[in-house]
This record gives sequence, structure tokens and C-alpha cells, in this order.
Amino acid sequence: MTKMSHAEALVTAILDSMAADADVVLLGRPLGLGPQRMLMSRLTDRFEDRVYDPPVCEAGNAALGVGAAMAGIRPFVDLSTGSFSFLAFSQIINEAAVSNYMTAGKIPVPVTFHCLEGVRGGGAPQHSQNIHAFVWNTAGLEILAPSCPADMYGLTRAALASNNPTFIMNHAKLMAVEGDVPDDRAAIPIGKADIKRRGKDVTIVALSLMVGLALQAAEELAKEGIDVEVVDPRTLAPLDEETILASVARTGRLVVVDETNMQGSIASGIAGMVAERGFRSLKAAVQRVARPDTPVPFSAPMEAFLLPTHETIMAAVKRTLV
Amino acid sequence: MTAQSVKTPDAPAPAKLLEMHRAMVLIRRFEEAVRVLATAGAVPGLVHLCAGQEATNVGVIAALEPRDAIASHHRGHGHCLARGAPVDGLMAEILGKETGMCGGRSGSMHVIDLERNNLGTNGIVGGGIPLAAGAALSARARGSDAASVCFFGDGALNQGLLHECMNMAAIWKLAVVFVCENNGYGEFTAIDDVTAGPSLLARGEVFGIPSSMVDGMDVRAVHEAARGAVARARAGQGPSFIICNTWRFGGHHVGDKQDYKDDAEARAWRARDPILKSAAQLQDEGHASEADLRAVEHEADALVKRAVEAARAAPEPAPQRLLEHVHG
Repeated sequence: MTKMSHAEALVTAILDSMAADADVVLLGRPLGLGPQRMLMSRLTDRFEDRVYDPPVCEAGNAALGVGAAMAGIRPFVDLSTGSFSFLAFSQIINEAAVSNYMTAGKIPVPVTFHCLEGVRGGGAPQHSQNIHAFVWNTAGLEILAPSCPADMYGLTRAALASNNPTFIMNHAKLMAVEGDVPDDRAAIPIGKADIKRRGKDVTIVALSLMVGLALQAAEELAKEGIDVEVVDPRTLAPLDEETILASVARTGRLVVVDETNMQGSIASGIAGMVAERGFRSLKAAVQRVARPDTPVPFSAPMEAFLLPTHETIMAAVKRTLV
Repeated sequence: MTAQSVKTPDAPAPAKLLEMHRAMVLIRRFEEAVRVLATAGAVPGLVHLCAGQEATNVGVIAALEPRDAIASHHRGHGHCLARGAPVDGLMAEILGKETGMCGGRSGSMHVIDLERNNLGTNGIVGGGIPLAAGAALSARARGSDAASVCFFGDGALNQGLLHECMNMAAIWKLAVVFVCENNGYGEFTAIDDVTAGPSLLARGEVFGIPSSMVDGMDVRAVHEAARGAVARARAGQGPSFIICNTWRFGGHHVGDKQDYKDDAEARAWRARDPILKSAAQLQDEGHASEADLRAVEHEADALVKRAVEAARAAPEPAPQRLLEHVHG
């Protein structure tokens, strides 16, 4: 194991992918590294001719990556802040996601999109969007949501090796978080959930930044004698429904946590899936924890008020036990 | 705008001129057959024909090698055919049949043909522009001297994506040729009503991209401009911008009543039919007899007739296969 930050895991994964495959090209820097932007030199020092610093034009950047992928290479396209990705939606949704389908499998598009999404703190409405639920409604993409440096590394390697268009939904608040990355430097299979904590009383399905909050809630609840299982889907599409259903079959209770707006959230989607496919396992109503359906306010106390916390997750768990 | 000089290859040989003529005739006959089929209700959805614009399709594509890439637009059957797409496969795709080039999943507006480095027709105005620029990026990453061409209509001149891509192509000297097929109308609207500025070429020139305007009804003029641009691209000198002035013989789509065009305009443009011009030139120069030209037409008719019959008889895709190919 090697200890590294989430940001360092991202850069290391891109570096290892570029070393392993000459077709991997990076379109975009500095990857939202913020104070860790010195990490960028690891990429530019070794692969300067394969790192492009594009102008700020998200649609053009995304679509250039799509065209390059259709023509054979494996571009990693950084779309910067998730909120800016909307400018590139036609290229992601009308081009990348549908090419393989509408050519009956003849033209895969091995492009990787990456953005830093989510409520970052003071981002206000135009820098705080969680875009994963918007994109989740599109067939044809693989959507990855790493919650820790190990998954950041392994999922990025998987994305750059995949023949499908992939979208890495990276949470802005995770970039500085540290964790252990396995030394085998392996890709994590796309479509495989990870049980981050075993428990027998209640299942929490949480994604991205919410996994850490769910684990914190689980530790607190353990002190009260409530044994919580935390399932991290890791990839939203394809979604590992079987692992979620198997967990609910063991515990009989489900809380789903997603940072985005409640309406149309992953929390809502997973709750619906379990209500349909796992109804007989359920001993209580499924609880969803997500944001109220408002834009994200700039005001710090207002922002804090609307976010899921380990306390709101704990309260939801307890509602399943009433 | 002065370009560093790259030698344009010698003038095309008579065989090449005849080949370009043959390609234009095939496109015209193909489009006429599609018009008949669409009018009869055999084509699902809307279909956009390129009759009248054959010279811009063929003149540019005849300047390319197989390793070069193209990206087309919603009026793209001519690009596919000029690039060598199978006539029967394209016709079957337009009818949505299982035997179509994309198994009936793409239809007229989204057919992609990677075997011929054709990144596809495209249902989004301007959508193909960055795909071609991306193909140029791919060529560079792989150390290839392949060029790529994006075709777009005058409507796409007002898309932000065009300007994003021209900027990136210029700063990175990408081997891409921007070809605007200016047929005077974006859907049902005359270009002058929606396009500001006295010079369309300025839209390339502002990025330092060598920009030129040619008669899009003259396949030889188009071809010469394209050869120069492709040679520049291959030599690592970056993008070029060519505006081909042409005219759509039909409406925006089959069934469009075209009440926004007048008879005098139609007469003037039809008198400049690129196929009639090419035929007259070939005859005047002694490169083809009237009988030769008639044979070209018969050959095209036979190919199209066979394609229509095969496509009509072909099976529909099985709906149960809906979930295939969502992921690769």
C-alpha cells in the first residue's frame, strides 16, 4: 500500500495509463488539482507532447476528444468544474454515448471525460452542480464515482482501458483526502460495487463523497448497537444492482445517500429499483437522503443546511428501525 | 491571407475527371431515388438531400487518400457515396433495414462508415466539425500524416463550436480542412437573414487560417482548392477554410414546399448544374463522348435500382435486439 491523496491517485493513474498505452492523450490541465497542481509536472515532464492545454471551450474540448477516440486514440478530457460540463452535453450525449449503438457496435468511442463536481463550499449555483444524475439518464456511458484514492486510481485505469465512453465524476471535496492505494496498481472492474463496511442491520448505499459520511454515521451508530453495512456502487452505470439487492436481502432495510437534488437523484433511482426488485426483502420503507430541490446557495450557513451530513444519515437509518 | 507555399499536385488526369463525374452522377441518381422513396412514405423520419451540391462533395473527397478522415452533416449521402460507401448498404440504412450499413440503427442522419474513415453524417448542426478536428489530433498522436475534412453548411457558421474548433486547430496546427458548403439556406432561412458581418471568410481569417471561396458548382474548382488545403495539412502547416458556394436543388427535407425560394433564383442556379457543367467540359475536351456519358448514367441507374430493390426487400431489425450495443 502507498499513501496518497485522491488528486495524486488521479495523476498517478493517468501517468501509468500513458506509460502503458501510447494512445492515451490528456486534453486538459491542471485537472482541478488546486493547491496540488505541482503534481501536473509529473505528466508534463514525461509526456509533454501528449498533454494539451486547451482553451476554455468545453464543447470543443469534449468533441475533439470524441473525434479523436472515434479515430482510434484514448483521450482523457478534463471538463474542469462539473457545472461547466453542461456546455459539452451535446458532445457527450449526442455523440460519444450513442456512436457504438447507432453503428450496431462498429464505432466504439474510448474517450474518458472527467470533472470535479458537487458542492465544493461557496461555489453558489454555478459552481456546485452535481451532474452525475443528469448524465445517469443517458444510455451508452460508463459513469464512475470514486470515493477514495484507491478507487480513484483503479477506476481511472479502468476508464482509460475501456472501449466505451466513460465519465469520471470526481467530487471536488475529495481531492485533498488521503488514503492507501494498493501497490499492484490494478484497474477496478467497471460495474462492480464495493462493500466498504460489513453490517447486518441496515444497508446504506452511498456514492462519492457521501461514502465517507456514511462510514462516519456507521461508526456512530455502532456505539448505539446498530450494525450498518455500507455499499459503494463505485460505478453508477452500469449499476451493480445485484450487490445492492443481496445486501438488502441480508439486512431488510435501506438508506440511499446522494449529494444531488432529490428529484431525479441516484438515491431515487436506486430506491425505485429496490422497491421493484427487492420488495419482499424490505422490512421498512426505503429512506432517501439527498439535497432539497433548490439551487445551491452561496451563503455558508444555507449551504451547510441543505447538505447531507452523518447526522442526517444516522436519522434516516433510525427511521428504518422504527 | 497568405499561406506558406506547399506545392499543389499537378492538374487531375482525364481518368480522374471522369471518375469525379461518375461520382456526381451516382449521387444525383441516388438522391432522386431517395426522394421517390421518401415521398412514398418508405423512409422513416425526415431525409435531407444534397442534389445540386454534388461538386462540393466530390471535389473535396477526390482530393483525399483512404487514410484521411471526413466528418459530414445531416445532408450527407453524397459524402458517404463519394467516400465509397456501398450503395446498397447506404440505401438500406436510409430505409432503416437490418442490412443497412449500421443495421438500421442510425438512418440517414447518423450513418457512420469507419472502414472508409467517415466519422459520419450528423444530426446536430456543426456536430461533425470537432470530430474531424479530433481525428486530426488522433493522427498526430499516432505520427500519421493523415488529414481530415469536416463538411458543414452555412447554418453552422453561426455555431460557437466552429469557432472553438478553428481556434484549437490553428493553435495546434491540426491537419484539418474546414469546408463550408454554403447552399444559401440554413433549414428554411436565407443565410443573409441570420449571419452578420460583410465577410464569411473573415470567420477563418480571424484565426489566421488561410481562407478561400470557390464556385461550388464547379467540381474542378472545388477539387483544386481542396488539394491545396490537404497538401498544407499534410505538410504540417495546419488548417484551411474553404467556402464552396452552392445551391440545394430541393428543400431542407423531402416534403419542404420551399415557399422561401423564387423561380428566378431556381432557374439561375439550375442553369449552373454541376453535372451538366462537368459533362460539357468532358465532351469539349474530348475526354468523353456522349455515349460514354450516357453509359455513366446507366451504370448509376442500375446500381441505384438494385440498391432500392434490395433495401425494400430487406428485413427490419428485430425489436428484441434493442438492448444490444448500448456498451461496446
